[in-house]
Amino acid sequence: MARVIVDVMLKPEILDPQGQAIARALPRLGFSGVSSVRQGKRFEIDLEGPADDAALAEVRKMAETLLANTVIEDYTVRVQG
Amino acid sequence: MSAARVGVVTFPGTLDDQDAARAVRLVGAQAVPLWHADRDLKGVDAVFLPGGFSYGDYLRCGAISRFAPLMEELVPAAQAGLPVIGTCNGFQILCEAHLLPGALVRNASLHYVCRDQKIRVEQTATAWTNSFASGQEIVLPVKHGEGRYVASADTLAALEAGGHVVFRYVDGNPNGSLNDIAGIRNEAGNVVGLMPHPEHAVEELVGAPSTDGLGFFTSILKNLVNA
Repeated sequence: MARVIVDVMLKPEILDPQGQAIARALPRLGFSGVSSVRQGKRFEIDLEGPADDAALAEVRKMAETLLANTVIEDYTVRVQG
Repeated sequence: MSAARVGVVTFPGTLDDQDAARAVRLVGAQAVPLWHADRDLKGVDAVFLPGGFSYGDYLRCGAISRFAPLMEELVPAAQAGLPVIGTCNGFQILCEAHLLPGALVRNASLHYVCRDQKIRVEQTATAWTNSFASGQEIVLPVKHGEGRYVASADTLAALEAGGHVVFRYVDGNPNGSLNDIAGIRNEAGNVVGLMPHPEHAVEELVGAPSTDGLGFFTSILKNLVNA
């Protein structure tokens, strides 16, 4: 059984006010040296079989169809090692 | 002639379907309830996708609703010319279904905004706005946390060049939408989406800021009679 990770992030040109709010909160908590924060989503997908090319192609299709809205979001797919 | 039949869709988590149905009846049309799990548009002449939190807004607003059995019927029908309007969550669903370009994301302020909002009608050549005058300013309630309209620079330029921006916020942008966009239409003009709520502005008795919302419903009647 393999686990595939799909990370979904707002495209760089889309304003992320949640990330900005986190970035503003960090100095108040004593964390310094952070220039910006962007927030995204992580999906952990457990496959019944191995993470071969066919399975990964299927996961990419899932990401395109449902996990990400590619109008505003980018996604990456990787196998958890 | 029998009354025009306007379908009002209910998903799990939809809130504004009863107000929408009431608004449809107020102008003399017949409101036909449509259920998300049915693959059946019941032969309606037009469809209203109301606001709320369909499927709990899980994943993204409208992301799950887009794949509801009813939507499998609605998407091709809308592409073939059936008049469809989506308000608030309905607008989000239309964007997720790619019946309208762009997307709606978290308000720039991060606050849920609930207030009476002035908007300007920029386009009257749609199935849902032909009762208004071009440039007319109307007041409708807005109530949403994720109403910031975004699209790529190319899409935005095409919307503006094609006259597909139907409504713009006036006297303050409640959510940070690009170009103050409150609502848009598709190429053909049969599909319209907007964040404000016409169905909540049809009767003064309930404290609505105006009855400007009636114009949407008289528009669709006029459109159907002339069709």
